[in-house]
Amino acid sequence: MTQTEVPAAPAPPVAPPAPARDRRIGSLEVLAVLLILLIVLRGWLSGLMSGARLQTWTTVFVSVLVQAVPFLVFGVVLSAIIAVFVPRSFWEKALPRHPALAVPAAGLAGVVLPGCECGSVPIAGSLIRRGVTPAAAIAFLLAAPAINPIVLTATAVAFPGKPAMVIGRGAASLVVAVGMGWLWLRLGKESWIRLPHRPDLEGKAKFEAFWSAIRHDVMHAGGYLVMGAAAAATINVVVPATWLAQLAANPALSVLALAVLAVLLSICSEADAFVAASLSQFSLTSRLVFLVVGPMVDLKLIAMQTGVFGRRFMWRFAPTTLVAAILVGTATGLVLL
Amino acid sequence: MTQAVVLMLVGGAILRASFTGTYLRYVKAGLQPYLIAAGVLLIAAAVMTLWQAVRNRSAHDHSVAEDDGHGHSHHEPRVGWLLVLPVLGLLLVTPPALGSFAAGKAGSVSAAPASGSDYPPLPAGDPAQVGLLDYASRALFDDGKSLTGRNIQLTGFITPGPDGNPMLARIVLTCCAADGRPIKVGMTGKVPLDAAPDTWVQVNGVYTAKRSKDPVNNVDMAYVEVKSWQAIPEPKQPYA
Repeated sequence: MTQTEVPAAPAPPVAPPAPARDRRIGSLEVLAVLLILLIVLRGWLSGLMSGARLQTWTTVFVSVLVQAVPFLVFGVVLSAIIAVFVPRSFWEKALPRHPALAVPAAGLAGVVLPGCECGSVPIAGSLIRRGVTPAAAIAFLLAAPAINPIVLTATAVAFPGKPAMVIGRGAASLVVAVGMGWLWLRLGKESWIRLPHRPDLEGKAKFEAFWSAIRHDVMHAGGYLVMGAAAAATINVVVPATWLAQLAANPALSVLALAVLAVLLSICSEADAFVAASLSQFSLTSRLVFLVVGPMVDLKLIAMQTGVFGRRFMWRFAPTTLVAAILVGTATGLVLL
Repeated sequence: MTQAVVLMLVGGAILRASFTGTYLRYVKAGLQPYLIAAGVLLIAAAVMTLWQAVRNRSAHDHSVAEDDGHGHSHHEPRVGWLLVLPVLGLLLVTPPALGSFAAGKAGSVSAAPASGSDYPPLPAGDPAQVGLLDYASRALFDDGKSLTGRNIQLTGFITPGPDGNPMLARIVLTCCAADGRPIKVGMTGKVPLDAAPDTWVQVNGVYTAKRSKDPVNNVDMAYVEVKSWQAIPEPKQPYA
């Protein structure tokens, strides 16, 4: 009865059709063959990776993932705890009843939770599953990676003697996060969010459900993280830094250039301040925009958000957030810096 | 089952990198405990998956009920297959630390001035071992006052400078190799002309007031006058 030969998912046919219950050639067998082939071809593969450019690509790709894996795993564990052990009623009590008030509350909650963006995506998905209004989850999703204590400290260290940079980053990010949450209350439609099917946790024993949620989220968010890391590594290797220097002279162009660079580079929010500090030919305002945009919209996040919330959501959410972050960041920069 | 194998591989690859020290090529040393914890959690998830699969197979009716009513057979997100790629990267290819390609592409770090007004004296020893970043900072912002009159030993890899002459460089990491930026120091005197790019060298020399600008981002670069140099193996911690 579960012989599902119907088109399973509109995903590219990376894997053979998912194995049915009486597996003939299942994914496990394919994986085994693949691994054996790769081990046999190991020398040839390493030879392929010998060019300086390709080698740098591989280093950056692997290092983005190695850096992100702990945060991803801890985020996934936290989101599994939310999904399995925290009762639905908790969120009704913890957050203000009125959605318009729940948004800033969730945004501020993000300040307390130190973590990078890779962890906050599955947590936000989990919150929505548990009945938290999407607007509040969005505010949390945007605020958590941008304005937690670790990130703000890093910013202060990277810009010594410029406390306005830290204040500007915190204020602008919080405004964008809460603003996007409120915007969702006015314009958003629940039907845009399509959370991936997760094995039904309700019927299972808690312990089993916990591990099942972890397994699913690591595989799912992790897969999208791999895509994002590959894109970021490509940009890192392909875009010559000299292009940037020519854009820095024009104030408007430099803001746009660094906003785009923040999206493309996909640097972890704990490190981006140091990169911004080294982009010394750019104005402080454009570097502030870099810091506001980076933790909210980047290739790796877009890939992960597509996975967790669905394409319809991402197509609307990412561009709107980008525009909001650029506008608020620029305005903050003009006032403060 | 397949999920369990993939999780096991990811966790295993992360653990292997953290224990063999290859993780230092990709991230900061401080991340090691988190990497180990994450690796252990991943392997635990894999073991629990296997255990549940075995148990469910023995109670077959139960496992059939799990699949009911959804288009997806099993709950395997196919995108999870991509996680095999970084595993291959870590276990089979194990790419090297960033080197001269990355150093040539990006502009030199603008060494920040010391937080206080004065630089502390150089460490004892003749020659005194100084980090590249420290050297550049002392040279550029203190006019080399704390460097003058001392023999200095610098360690870095060779990278071709903008004028084609070899420079001494090291990659500065904040978080991971994606944010790695080079610190470049020029060389005068007995420049190691015949050392190939990416060769690690130890340079003995003295301070010189020479400067140049990195054309990539218009940042000042300090110079060192080389008295002698020797090739060395890559340090365990390749980044500054």
